[in-house]
Amino acid sequence: MRLETIAINNLRRRKSRLAFLIAGLLIGIATVVTLISLSTTLTEDIQIKMENYGANILITPQSDDLSLNYGGINLGGVSLDPQEIREADLSKISGIRNSRNIAAVAPKVLGALEVRGQRVMMMGVDPEKEFQLKKWWKVNGLPLKNEYDLVAGAEVAAKLGLVLGDSVEIGGETFTLTGILANTGSQDDQILIASLPVTQRLLGKEGTVSLVEVAALCGDCPVSEMVTQISEVLPGVNVSAIQQVVKTRMHALDQFRNFSLAVAAVVLLIGALVVFVTMMGSVNERTREIGIFRALGFRRSHIMHLILLESTVVSIVAGILGFLVGMGVTYLVLPLMTENEVSMHWDPLLAGGAVLLALLVGASASFYPALKASRLDPTEALRAL
Amino acid sequence: MPFVHLKQLDKHYESDADCVIALDKLELAIEEGCFLGVMGPSGSGKSTLLSILGGLCHPTSGKVLVDDIDLYGLNSEKRADFRREYLGFVFQSFNLIPYLTALENVMLPLAVKKMPGAEKKQRAVEVLGRVGLSHRIGHLPNQLSGGEQERVAIARALVNEPPLILADEPTGSLDIATSREIMDLFKQLNQEGQTIIMVTHNDEIRPYFDRTVVLRDGAIDSDSARTPKAVPQAG
Ligand SMILES: Nc1ncnc2c1ncn2[C@@H]1O[C@H](COP(=O)(O)OP(=O)(O)OP(=O)(O)O)[C@@H](O)[C@H]1O
Ligand SMILES: [Mg+2]
Repeated sequence: MRLETIAINNLRRRKSRLAFLIAGLLIGIATVVTLISLSTTLTEDIQIKMENYGANILITPQSDDLSLNYGGINLGGVSLDPQEIREADLSKISGIRNSRNIAAVAPKVLGALEVRGQRVMMMGVDPEKEFQLKKWWKVNGLPLKNEYDLVAGAEVAAKLGLVLGDSVEIGGETFTLTGILANTGSQDDQILIASLPVTQRLLGKEGTVSLVEVAALCGDCPVSEMVTQISEVLPGVNVSAIQQVVKTRMHALDQFRNFSLAVAAVVLLIGALVVFVTMMGSVNERTREIGIFRALGFRRSHIMHLILLESTVVSIVAGILGFLVGMGVTYLVLPLMTENEVSMHWDPLLAGGAVLLALLVGASASFYPALKASRLDPTEALRAL
Repeated sequence: MPFVHLKQLDKHYESDADCVIALDKLELAIEEGCFLGVMGPSGSGKSTLLSILGGLCHPTSGKVLVDDIDLYGLNSEKRADFRREYLGFVFQSFNLIPYLTALENVMLPLAVKKMPGAEKKQRAVEVLGRVGLSHRIGHLPNQLSGGEQERVAIARALVNEPPLILADEPTGSLDIATSREIMDLFKQLNQEGQTIIMVTHNDEIRPYFDRTVVLRDGAIDSDSARTPKAVPQAG
């Protein structure tokens, strides 16, 4: 028999009050856990997207007339502009200060060509770099390997009636269709892809490229600095960061996080209030009991200890359950928030934090009731009924 | 030197309207091993006297010395320690903790003592045996009869082996037969050397006391220690 025994027995044999106390705290903790794990997972999701998205820096020719688009990005007047980017200059990029943050430099040449009687967009790429960058490309068949291999976007393949293994005549050269891209929902679906040198020759653009996508290695590298550094080594071209989409999502996520913190704080406060009111009620209900304890020689500090012990047990249970419920809710809600397959992790830090938070809220909400209990006048308390 | 010494004890209850004098210059000395009965009409100050004796309630003035310790010279926490070491309380309404078993209720005073758990349990089992309740140790209070609950309360008062037991109307809610059993138990404890101070207004149990003090309006009206016993001791 120790104070713990009394606390546990009291909790055990007054189950409905125990359930009420735990529920009050649990809801608050679960909300906090859900919101934190959701925003952590979503942040990671965006970071993965940024890495997979590959390009976060785009190099385009300087131009001011006819605009051409690729992937929603203005390429400037690719076909009309006499100043293309010189392929030979690209090696300078590896000389910039932050070069170790560069994962890939993917140059490409773009142009319109006649294939099987229809005008289609053709893109010449450095196969290895391009496929490294476009991780979301799913190729039916094989990606580019040999010089005269050809990969077609899903829609253009359908339009031209291409099937795997077809020979395709383009500008007097014969290509073999080795792969068809699964539908990407982007402009890539409309494009024929071949290796860079051949395409340059077909388009009459030897030694030049229309656009370069540069992938920086991490989600939060100093992209704007890298943009400046690349502009310095490549004068006369446009270098820009294309993080807009991601940035916007990041911003939205930040707002979501702030909003959720506010919500969590409110829910937690309500939880604390539930604990406070229940504990206060419990102390009033137990006035006589506390008088007995005091008569039997319990010190004020023992009474305080007893009440706080009960709130500690409640808090730990509520913390653990709250964490589990929060993770469960995250698991259910996550698919609604992102189309990507992101895995949530069991973060022991979050679990520990949840229990700690529960303890903190539980203890502060029970402190006054405990103090009140310890200050009860034993004679008054014994008379009470 | 008396074991318990009350000196010039005054207790006033002040309210907005008037002031009740519950104890009025009470002077009383009680020897060790005594079975003292405190009697008197309702409102004469019996319970007040007992809670002051028990260190639960400050007197307005005067001193309470137990074993030469000035009770109200101690701070509140020290007085709690004193209650734990020196006193066992038995109340009229038993005052058992409803969510603890008989055994756990008896162990309560030991809960805040540094002592191996096994020894606490052994002591509790032993005193429950002494009050004749060995077969009920796992029961909750609401599964026990009034007499059994009273025995648990007595066992709880005894478990710490206190030099002094204070009882306020311990037979107040029991029938006559059960009252006798309980009083026999108290008498037996007293014969084993236990000092007991018991408040009652039940004249029938007067024969059990070594000495009877009658209060009236907060002062001693009569004290059998100064007059020969009218009734022979019951066995
Ligand atoms: N907390 C209090 N506030 C005001 N007056 C009180 C308080 N407690 C007791 N009294 C008064 O003090 C007097 C003595 O009360 P006490 O309870 O000691 O009487 P008692 O002898 O135990 O009576 P009973 O036999 O009915 O239990 C009574 O007049 C009572 O009204
Ligand atoms: Mg009384």
